[in-house]
Amino acid sequence: MEQFYILTILVCLGYIGGTIAEMRHYRSIITREKEFLKLPAVTIHRMIEKDAEIKSVEMVQGSAVISVDYFKRILAALRNFFGGEVKSYESLVDRARREATLRMKEKTPNADIILNTRIETTTIGRNANRRKSIGSIEAIAYGTSVTYKI
Amino acid sequence: MILTNIESVPGKNIVEHFGVVSGSTVRAKHVGRDIMASLKNIVGGELKGYTELLQDSRNQATERMIEQAKQLGANAIVNVRFATSSVAQGASELYVYGTAVRAN
Repeated sequence: MEQFYILTILVCLGYIGGTIAEMRHYRSIITREKEFLKLPAVTIHRMIEKDAEIKSVEMVQGSAVISVDYFKRILAALRNFFGGEVKSYESLVDRARREATLRMKEKTPNADIILNTRIETTTIGRNANRRKSIGSIEAIAYGTSVTYKI
Repeated sequence: MILTNIESVPGKNIVEHFGVVSGSTVRAKHVGRDIMASLKNIVGGELKGYTELLQDSRNQATERMIEQAKQLGANAIVNVRFATSSVAQGASELYVYGTAVRAN
């Protein structure tokens, strides 16, 4: 019985805390993405403006480790049983990638473009998919930032 | 030392290639961070300790790569790639590699 209570408390805590944290995070991601509209991160390798004079070139990277809450993990475990789209993990991956891209951009706020942006996702350690362990992923974004001479 | 992850250094010409240089580091997280992370895992969200740890180790791997490139006499590294692999339980390897070149 005691275990059941603990589980219920954990699920409720996870649901409330997790939902609030996610909403807040998404709000901050959206506002920061608007700020950085002027600095596009592209996956193209070559220079787009060929005749522009270049002031500096630098490699930038940003990363974020995000974990799921308890409620979502139980949802995902249920999904595992029935199969289908696991919505609760989709938002996790999406948040981590967007946060990583934003952090990369924040390293060079004055650059004009970020070329060859690559985004990679990894689980940390081997325990990421196991039960009773930490379900977290790391997203890393990196690219070459180019600043033009004005 | 200029690092890029494209084939060239924009605004400069590559005059000499030195081959592949790489740097790596294997890191394990300590128990305190693990406990904090598992507490944080109830409500979800960012695990700042892990983010910092991985950033630190990635910077160290990059430093090692740059050190190697300097010994070869290069002044730039192009086509840099990052890779992560888990070596053992709780420890992960961060690997950085690229091509050392001289550009002017």
